[in-house]
Amino acid sequence: MPKKLVKGNEAIALTAIKAGVDAYFGYPITPQNEVPEYLSKYLPEHGKVFVQAESEVAAINMVYGAAGCGKRVMTSSSSVGIALKQEAISYIAGAELPCLIVSVMRGGPGLGGIQPSQADYYQATRGGGNGDYHLVVIAPESIQETVDYIKEGFDIADTYRNPVMILIDGLIGQMMEAVDLDKEVPKRKLPDKPWATIGTDHHAGRNIVNSLYLDAPKLEEHNLNLKAKYDAIKQHEVKFEMINMEDPDYVIVAYGSVARIARSSIEMLKEVGINVGMIRPITVWPFPKKAFDLIPSSCKGILVTEMSLGQMLDDVEIANKGRHEIAFYGRTGGMVPDPTEIRDAIINFKKWVIS
Amino acid sequence: MTVRYEKSLGLTERKTHYCPGCTHGILHKIVAEVLVELGVLGKTVGVASVGCSVYSYEYFNCDMQQAPHGRACATATGIKRVLPDNVVFTYQGDGDLASIGIAETIHAANRGENITVIFVNNATYGMTGGQMAPTSLVGQKTTTSQGGRDPHNQGYPIKISEMFSHIEGVAYLERVALTGPQNVKKVKNAVKKAFSLQLEKKGFTMIEVLSTCPVNWGMSPIDAMKWVDEKMVPVFPLGIYKDVTKHD
Repeated sequence: MPKKLVKGNEAIALTAIKAGVDAYFGYPITPQNEVPEYLSKYLPEHGKVFVQAESEVAAINMVYGAAGCGKRVMTSSSSVGIALKQEAISYIAGAELPCLIVSVMRGGPGLGGIQPSQADYYQATRGGGNGDYHLVVIAPESIQETVDYIKEGFDIADTYRNPVMILIDGLIGQMMEAVDLDKEVPKRKLPDKPWATIGTDHHAGRNIVNSLYLDAPKLEEHNLNLKAKYDAIKQHEVKFEMINMEDPDYVIVAYGSVARIARSSIEMLKEVGINVGMIRPITVWPFPKKAFDLIPSSCKGILVTEMSLGQMLDDVEIANKGRHEIAFYGRTGGMVPDPTEIRDAIINFKKWVIS
Repeated sequence: MTVRYEKSLGLTERKTHYCPGCTHGILHKIVAEVLVELGVLGKTVGVASVGCSVYSYEYFNCDMQQAPHGRACATATGIKRVLPDNVVFTYQGDGDLASIGIAETIHAANRGENITVIFVNNATYGMTGGQMAPTSLVGQKTTTSQGGRDPHNQGYPIKISEMFSHIEGVAYLERVALTGPQNVKKVKNAVKKAFSLQLEKKGFTMIEVLSTCPVNWGMSPIDAMKWVDEKMVPVFPLGIYKDVTKHD
């Protein structure tokens, strides 16, 4: 299909419709407002459900209810709004319901700002909700990749009965790019949803959507079942890109918009005779730990760069297992690094080494 | 032999965990009977809340979801919007509905969500051990208002039916009490009316049910019934607060 010039947030909305979303529940927050705006017009036209909820809290609980009926359901929000959704996200994970959550990160903490940020990596990968649970968190670097992973994200959610988060920043949400909205994504055989609460007329026995287990041995068993699922996700769903990883002097680790910027920095560094590779995590949970085993021992160090003060950095330190020196360069509060800043951080690597 | 009475098919075989003298049991029975009598049990999805009635998903013999504290009306909105031809109800206590979940309840009502809310008002947080509820009476002693609820510090009992009577999306709203056979009959009629109007897609319906909590009130079941009639009803007058069919 020919490419179309589309704004990131509108591409998300368009793709959700193409991916067969049955219902969207959301609440306005910058910088993701085009998603609900677009869907408010087009979902009803397609006979689907759009509700502007009274709060992010209500929106995610509507997602819980509709997902429990076996429908393909999504919400989107940003930073502070995602914070408000955490309670029900924990319930959704606990009750094992599939849904898609788009998080368009802005600067924090608190009300923070509305410019792009990656300071919600912890929020996405560690979760602000209670209990032992994980989301599958996919962090695309372009609008094309966002579109592709929204389609795949719904399928991953259905496959594992687990919420999937698409983690982007305001830059991807707000910019326009040429996108092939009909690009094929890997086809999966999706399981049926015999657990859906649609009325006992439609199935044997009663279906209950629930995360309560007051009996501790039963709750432990439930948690161990969840863990087995998370282990399967770790085994089958890790996604990352390795760029220029043959004998690099240094390796950059970056995701999302910053990885996109670092590509330019790597080209600039080539011109000054420094060979730099990049590990770009696409799933940030599960984190591509094994990619770090492929860094040659001759590599002089790893530069982690994020639009935060160092959150993915923790995962890199774990994956690195002390093998290479690690430096960190970050911008935060809505500031976006220039390619020359990341270039210079490699040139002055020692200056940024973490203690 | 003629069978004059039997347990409703709308209830499961599970024994309830409710305390002796608590009125949740009667109300469960009423809701279950109404769902069976209207022939809708098999297309009903109920929403249990957080509080004493959290386990109602074990007792109602239909598909159920257990919602986060206060969010039952949001969860029910999600269900009803994707299953508009099913029957959807929430079963919530006063802490869940009138305190932490008042925003979700008001907005579901205001959107005219075509759901039925069974609101149990027993003026206390039962499950957690008798703390002050938004509906606790002035002067009522609870574990968090040990000198009695003081309105200067703790505000006044919140009057949900009065408040909701002003919301346009509400189709039917009645306050009833589970005290004595005559009132119990009225509760059943009210619940049936609410579900019937949902089937007619009239909009949001809510039945506020004044209930007892003898254990946390420190009263015998009979004294608790008297306390509802003598103390609660004057603050929470019984009656129909809204009925859109009256204007049809």
